Amino acid sequence: MPESSTLNEIIQKYGGDREALVEILRDVSQVAGYVTPENIATIAQRLGLPQSQVHSVASFYSLVNLKPRGKHVIRFCQDAPCHVAGGREIWKTLEQTLGIPFGATTPDGTWTLLTTSCIGACSVGPVMMVDDEIYGNLTPEKVQEIIAQYRAGGGA
Amino acid sequence: MAYRANILINSDAPGAQAVYGAFLDELQELALRDEVQVLMTSGLGGQGVATQGVDAIVYPDSVRYVNLTPDDVARITKEHLLKGRPVLDLTQATPKVTPLPPPAPKEVRVVLRNVGKINPFDIEDYIAEDGYAALANVLTTMTPEQVLDVVKTSGLRGRGGAGFPTYLKWTFARNSPNHPKYIICNGDEGDPGAFMNRSVLEGDPHAVIEGMIIAAYVIGAEQGYFYVRAEYPIAIRTLRVAIEQAREYGFLGKNIFGSGFDFDLEIRMGAGAFVCGEETALMHSIEGQRGMPTTRPPFPAVSGLWHQPTNINNVETYANVPQILLKGGEWFASMGTEKSKGTKTFAIAGKVKRTGLIEVPLGITIREIVYDIGGGILNDKKFKAVQTGGPMGGCIPEQYLDMPVDYESLASVGSIMGSGGFVVMDEDTCMVDIARFFMEFVQDESCGKCTPCRVGTRRMLEILNDICAGRGQPGDIELLETLAKSIKGSSLCGLGQGAPNPVLSTIKYFRHEYEAHIYEKKCPAKVCRALIEYKVDPDLCIGCTRCARNCPVNAIAGAPKEKHVIDPTICIRCGICKQVCPVAAIDVY
Repeated sequence: MPESSTLNEIIQKYGGDREALVEILRDVSQVAGYVTPENIATIAQRLGLPQSQVHSVASFYSLVNLKPRGKHVIRFCQDAPCHVAGGREIWKTLEQTLGIPFGATTPDGTWTLLTTSCIGACSVGPVMMVDDEIYGNLTPEKVQEIIAQYRAGGGA
Repeated sequence: MAYRANILINSDAPGAQAVYGAFLDELQELALRDEVQVLMTSGLGGQGVATQGVDAIVYPDSVRYVNLTPDDVARITKEHLLKGRPVLDLTQATPKVTPLPPPAPKEVRVVLRNVGKINPFDIEDYIAEDGYAALANVLTTMTPEQVLDVVKTSGLRGRGGAGFPTYLKWTFARNSPNHPKYIICNGDEGDPGAFMNRSVLEGDPHAVIEGMIIAAYVIGAEQGYFYVRAEYPIAIRTLRVAIEQAREYGFLGKNIFGSGFDFDLEIRMGAGAFVCGEETALMHSIEGQRGMPTTRPPFPAVSGLWHQPTNINNVETYANVPQILLKGGEWFASMGTEKSKGTKTFAIAGKVKRTGLIEVPLGITIREIVYDIGGGILNDKKFKAVQTGGPMGGCIPEQYLDMPVDYESLASVGSIMGSGGFVVMDEDTCMVDIARFFMEFVQDESCGKCTPCRVGTRRMLEILNDICAGRGQPGDIELLETLAKSIKGSSLCGLGQGAPNPVLSTIKYFRHEYEAHIYEKKCPAKVCRALIEYKVDPDLCIGCTRCARNCPVNAIAGAPKEKHVIDPTICIRCGICKQVCPVAAIDVY
């Protein structure tokens, strides 16, 4: 993250407590988009932990990003109720429409395509989240419309 | 003198005084007391949704913050009042809990009794529903042994999946000599399609808190943790407000109800790791480490969080406790079967007409849940199976429709109760594909500590991928069974031990589907793309050319007014031709 003061603030918020390592990493990731190797070094130093341990914890949790994310992040629900409701077609449509596989970011940095575990909106599956917005009852056509809307700048 | 900003706090809400105090402290700290005035006022009225939590409006910007706790105040002061940047995530009114539909005839609501009925942001609402009455009674008139007796009589078993008797767990933790002891609530609900705990945390948080305080009193713990997955921000926010209000009312903190008993609670958030729902992994996550399971024994009751005696139960287990203490163990034991007492919440999903959250007495049959409560299968298709217990559960076929839903019966057919996932499948569901799907899930979520789980699930997934892609070979089914056996037998935690269940149960009940994929290269449910073929029925085709014009790979030959033919070697099975055909001449074979 660019502002090292923000990182300091986050560490301070948890009192420099090494038990709060997971929380600190998640907060940094949320505020800055991802955790840089420099962040890991700073956190390790401040909490009195080896860098290897900070990195091992950071790489374990899916909500801690170690790579930059696109401007919009799509999280597609990969769980059973959405799968049974036709999620497979949506999965394919997303990959085809954005031209990237799951887990990747488009070269122009606009889109990151991720899966998520259940977000509890099973009654309107298949479901995806674009940033913080939930879209349900998806069809391939609807997915293309939603993405087109964001591309045209009309997305939420 | 003129202030440059005014903060109005609604004094009616419980907890307002603490927020007021926090604002004064923070402003003092930043030397803003001369610039910003804090006022308590009765009712803020007007604009936006009145949340009945502690709301505050900052003027002249007219920014309304909702459901505040003292913890939020530092951010508002520093960001908004000092730097002029409103803290947007504290301004949105938390969506109101949607009321549950009226209970279906066979539903009994114990855990869900208040969900959607009371305002979760107002502790008074909960108190009006006999809230904290059980706690008062326990702390002022009962010994821990007497509480244990009631819980024992009730027959309550862990609602997180394994169904271990709750009173035994509490007894072990109580009998552990070491201090301090800890209480944990497992709110890391991650099973696909299971959102029962989220509804309780968002709709009736105090019931869970009250259950935890009672458990803490029994085992002698002074500190408790709520572990909630970060994917549930509304639940976390609701809990924070609830804990703050419980402190304000003296239900948490020192000398609760003048009994000399001290207890307080903290929330810890997960960071997106399914395996953290496993109790030892969860405790490592609270300690700030990788959430990986460790060997038991020692059990958490002896050596848990920070190697201290720890009692860990699921959200639903704790939520049952106040009701049991209020109405008696016999009342709870009067519901359910001989070994599985009380009610259980389920999240019905999949191919039924009415999906959603239900609570039923244990021992109800699968048929009653699917047909009487779920309204039957969508489009009146044929029931094929129900998958219970999430990724570690199994698929239960039609022949067991009249089986009672309880811990023992589910285990006897190769599934588990789990946390309450209930995914209904119809005749259009391919069971091999479903098994492959669950294997993909556990393969992804395996923490990697135990080799059989890490490597074995990957190997099983590869075989299943092959079978679905038409590359299945004789011997694959047997190989899957062998792998499943070793993974089950040599993994440390429930994830690895349960991971092969979806495959084993589908092989057991739907072996013919596996065989059709492998030997006949056919997918009976017409799901697996490599094994299906789109064909034009020459008797129905009118030669309109619509299919040929819409085919993305030009796999369809035929001139106008002529019968069209699909070339299976070019066709990518996208299904567009079937969708656009005006006379339904194209079908899957």
